[in-house]
Amino acid sequence: MKLDILIVGVGGQGTLLASRVLGEIAVLLGLDCKLNEIHGMSQRGGSVVTHVRMGNEVFSPTILEGNADYIIAFEKLEALRWSYYLKEKGKIIVNNQKILPMPVILGKQDYPKNVVGNMKKTHIVLDVNAISIAKEINNPRAVNIILLGVFCALENIDIELGLKAILKYVKPQFHESNIIAFKKGYDIGGQYL
Amino acid sequence: MKRLMIANEAIARGAYEAGVKVVSSYPGTPSTEITEFISKYDGIHAEWAPNEKVALEVSIGASIAGARAMSCMKHVGVNVAADPLFTASYTGVNGGLVLVVADDPAMHSSQNEQDSRFYARSAHVPMLEPADSLEAKNYVKLAFDLSEQYDTPVMIRLTTRIAHSQSLVTEEPRIEIELKEYKKDVNKFVMMPAMARGRHRVVEERERQLRSDLENNKININRVEYRDKRVGVVCAGAPYQYVKEVTNASIFKLGMVYPIPVKQIFEFAKNVDELIVIEELEPFIEDHLKANGIECSGKSITGLQGELSTGVIMEKYLGQKRVMPMGDLPSRPPVMCAGCPHRSVFYALNRLKCTVTGDIGCYSLGANYPLNAVDVVLCMGASIGMAHGFDKAKSEKSKNLVAVIGDSTFVHSGITGIINAVYNNGSSTTIILDNSTTGMTGHQENPTTGKNIKGEPANKLNLELLLKACGVQHVVVVDAYDITAVQKAVKEETAKDEVSVIIARRPCALLNRQYPKPYYVAQDKCKKCKACLQIGCPAIENLENKSVRINPELCVGCGVCTQLCKFNSILQEV
Repeated sequence: MKLDILIVGVGGQGTLLASRVLGEIAVLLGLDCKLNEIHGMSQRGGSVVTHVRMGNEVFSPTILEGNADYIIAFEKLEALRWSYYLKEKGKIIVNNQKILPMPVILGKQDYPKNVVGNMKKTHIVLDVNAISIAKEINNPRAVNIILLGVFCALENIDIELGLKAILKYVKPQFHESNIIAFKKGYDIGGQYL
Repeated sequence: MKRLMIANEAIARGAYEAGVKVVSSYPGTPSTEITEFISKYDGIHAEWAPNEKVALEVSIGASIAGARAMSCMKHVGVNVAADPLFTASYTGVNGGLVLVVADDPAMHSSQNEQDSRFYARSAHVPMLEPADSLEAKNYVKLAFDLSEQYDTPVMIRLTTRIAHSQSLVTEEPRIEIELKEYKKDVNKFVMMPAMARGRHRVVEERERQLRSDLENNKININRVEYRDKRVGVVCAGAPYQYVKEVTNASIFKLGMVYPIPVKQIFEFAKNVDELIVIEELEPFIEDHLKANGIECSGKSITGLQGELSTGVIMEKYLGQKRVMPMGDLPSRPPVMCAGCPHRSVFYALNRLKCTVTGDIGCYSLGANYPLNAVDVVLCMGASIGMAHGFDKAKSEKSKNLVAVIGDSTFVHSGITGIINAVYNNGSSTTIILDNSTTGMTGHQENPTTGKNIKGEPANKLNLELLLKACGVQHVVVVDAYDITAVQKAVKEETAKDEVSVIIARRPCALLNRQYPKPYYVAQDKCKKCKACLQIGCPAIENLENKSVRINPELCVGCGVCTQLCKFNSILQEV
């Protein structure tokens, strides 16, 4: 298996945890893996991107534009911004959430209209209402785990292996809600297959 | 067992395995996590020093005392630590001494793009540069061995992409290393002219020996990978990975970027049709090869600025079309967080039309729209010196000028600026934004927080007493959230003919996340004047239907915006 995955969102949304879980999945699958994280200034509400690469042997820690197999997006505008990294027939798993950037907040620019619809014209887009599901299960921070569930189902990654990777990175008091979140995502992903 | 870790964690692991005893650093992206990871190991004294100069001096002292010691900093930190570095090269070491520096090509989180390799060359110390996390760990161990073998400090250079990339690392046990005996040796350790002249000769001889051992493969760190011999590429660090992935060129992979094994590269060049150097930032390797008569190209292909990547190499070297980002999307620059105590201070300064000399930290974001409050940002601590310079230039602007600096940055290198202003009869006004942490780098403790790197209680620096001792006559403490109080203090203190300091105090909003209820806009009372938008809070949104909403998922209930609403239409949820 060789997979290039871009995880994108807004600084503070918890994209780093998602990439680390994916890295752990790669380790459990016995693959080589590199992750590139963004620390520092962008974490203060800026556009953030994490590269996850797995395969037999990985060199560059970052993905070549136009070559990503997946984009896992925590926010819609960020999905659109980074969609040029996707290869033909690559998939975007997008959390249906809008976080307005400062130029939009101040009325200088408009938030793009019909982001998901427009991306669907050129890409395979899985539009997931993860924020609502996360609230339903009383863990609004579980958006990342829901999206990972969708991804694992699409890639046919064993559910127990996925859970093992997640539980390594999640505090024990949140284990239960994250197991539920992962399974919910896994079901959603399964419906797309 | 193999484990994924960022190179910064791998550096920490390598130091642990190498038996390091003392680590002293100052936080700076992209180097900060190294020392944080080290602080989690038992058997190592890890600390945050007030600045990089002190940090390196601590490590030098520990090394002379016989311990293996290390300091870690970002590229611009080495400017601060350069003074002890250059002379520590003369004294050499006792226990191994390693300085880790993290450069930031493309300036993800920095004020310049300087290339630290020049420090290794001008200080005459070897520099290693790993290309992934496992190499990072192994190079630290090698660096300590080389340091002791050649009696020299050794530098390790990372760049952001390596420092913050995870790859697989095999963990090994720690080697416990006994403290080496310290013997008084004034000819080696007292650098007065007579002794230093002798040591300068030692430095030259050491470098000659090291270069010779490198050329003769007695130091096993560089390697040649022959592939297509039409092109040979000399590279190190992250660019090695990019070249390896997207080209089939033969590679001379440098693990040590200074000294450079010119004879070996000359032999490599003979075996390939064309020689290219692919390196980020300055033409450090390229110029060195050219100066030694080796024909090559490099910067004419890759350019001097920013980062390389597989995409850049595809485009600039292989001449292939690169997929480019979409234009005209709204940008998402970093912003001060909702509830950030700096925002209200900058709002006040904007309203007072102050000229502001800024400093390094989250609060450099005060320069951005809509606060637009900062005039100049240079380097750590510079705000106070520059304000005094405005003052002494008798600039009209100096009447309404303030320096703005954070608590950690003030301790780093602002204190001497204040002493200077007081000593030289200045009249500048400084605002210390005391948010009880080192914010931008991810909340490290500092001397003003009362805790050490492990979060244990520590002696707390009292800023008010310090300022009094420096001779500052006017020290005013205000609540950073209180815009009226900040404005009043600024007006009063800038009017005075002596040096004043205003401490605007309020902890960082990300520290203790026990937030009060969020606020909302009562739409029936709101007159849509948009005054609240002028504070640039990410939680206050200008909707398409021209009304304003506070996003309850982002609002942390600081209530600063209520001070801007003349119609009392911003209310707190109950």
